[in-house]
Amino acid sequence: MVNPDLKQALQGQYEEATESFGMPELRLRAENLLAVVQRLKSEFGFELFLDVTAIDHVERSPRFDVVYHFYSRPLNARLRLKVAVPENEPTVPTLTTLYGSARYMEREVHDMYGIVFTGNTDLRPILLYEGFVGHPLRKDYPMEAEQPIVNYRQ
Amino acid sequence: MAMMEYMTTKKDELVGWIRKFSLFPYPFVTACCGMEFMSVSSTLYDTDRFGAALPRFTPRQSDLLMVVGTVSHKTAPILKTVYEQMCEPKWVMAFGACATSGGFYRNYSVVQGIDLVIPVDIYVPGCPPRPEMVIDAIVMLQNRIAGDRHPIFPTERA
Repeated sequence: MVNPDLKQALQGQYEEATESFGMPELRLRAENLLAVVQRLKSEFGFELFLDVTAIDHVERSPRFDVVYHFYSRPLNARLRLKVAVPENEPTVPTLTTLYGSARYMEREVHDMYGIVFTGNTDLRPILLYEGFVGHPLRKDYPMEAEQPIVNYRQ
Repeated sequence: MAMMEYMTTKKDELVGWIRKFSLFPYPFVTACCGMEFMSVSSTLYDTDRFGAALPRFTPRQSDLLMVVGTVSHKTAPILKTVYEQMCEPKWVMAFGACATSGGFYRNYSVVQGIDLVIPVDIYVPGCPPRPEMVIDAIVMLQNRIAGDRHPIFPTERA
C-alpha cells in the first residue's frame, strides 16, 4: 500500500494525513512543500503534476487551501497535497523548478484566487485579461460585477 | 414625381427580393450552439432551401452575422471587430439563449446579451434552439428584408 509507505517516509514533514476516495491526502506547511514534492518525485515517482487549484474558506482562518494533485506511474497512485495560506499573505513556493507545466496552472490559480507563487516569474493573467481587478473565484467577489473591455452601446 | 415613387418602390421590391435569397451567413461560433448550427445548415434541415446556405468564413463577404454561442468579455472586442468589418447591408442574428441574454451565465466573464456590444436584428432563444426555430427566424428576417427600403443611390432616403 502506498499510503503507509508515504506516511512513514515523510514523517515529520507533514501535519496531517488522511485519505479521500482511496487517495492519500497530506496537509502540510508552505515551507515544507518544495522538499516534500522533491522527495515524492524522486523517491516515489510522482512525476506527473495533474493540477493545482485552491479552495476559499471564507470564514476560516487561514482562509485559503492550495490543493495539488500528483500521479505516480510506477505506483499507479494519485496523491493530494493541501497547503493552507492566510489571506494577508497568500504565498506558496512555485513548483516550476520541478514541473514545467506548473507555470500555466499557477498562473490560472493566481488569476482566480490571487495566490502568489513565489519564484514563478510569469504570473500574467492567463484566462482573465489585463486590467481585470480582483479575483473572480474568491467567495467575496460580487457575482454580478462585470468588467467589460468594449464600451457598451447606449 | 409619381412615376419616380413607383420606380423606387419597384426597385426596393426587386433589391429586397434579391437580397433576401442571397444571405451569406458568417457563423461566429463560440460554444455548444455550434452543434445545432451544424445540424441546421446540413442535410436534414438545410438552410440552403431558404437561400441562406453558403457560410463565408470572412466577414467581408458575408451579410448575416450569426452569433452562435456564449460571448465572453474577452471575446467581445473580436465580435465588435468582425461586425465592423462586414459591408453594408448587414444583419445580425443572436443564436441561442447565451447570445440573446447571457443565458444561465450570470458571472464575471459573460456578456449579458450581445446587443450590449453590437445591434441585433433577430433573436433566437433556446438552449440550444431547435433547427425549426432557426429556420423560422431566417424566414422572418427574409420577410423583413423583402419589405425594407433598400437605398442604393446616396441621394435616396433610408
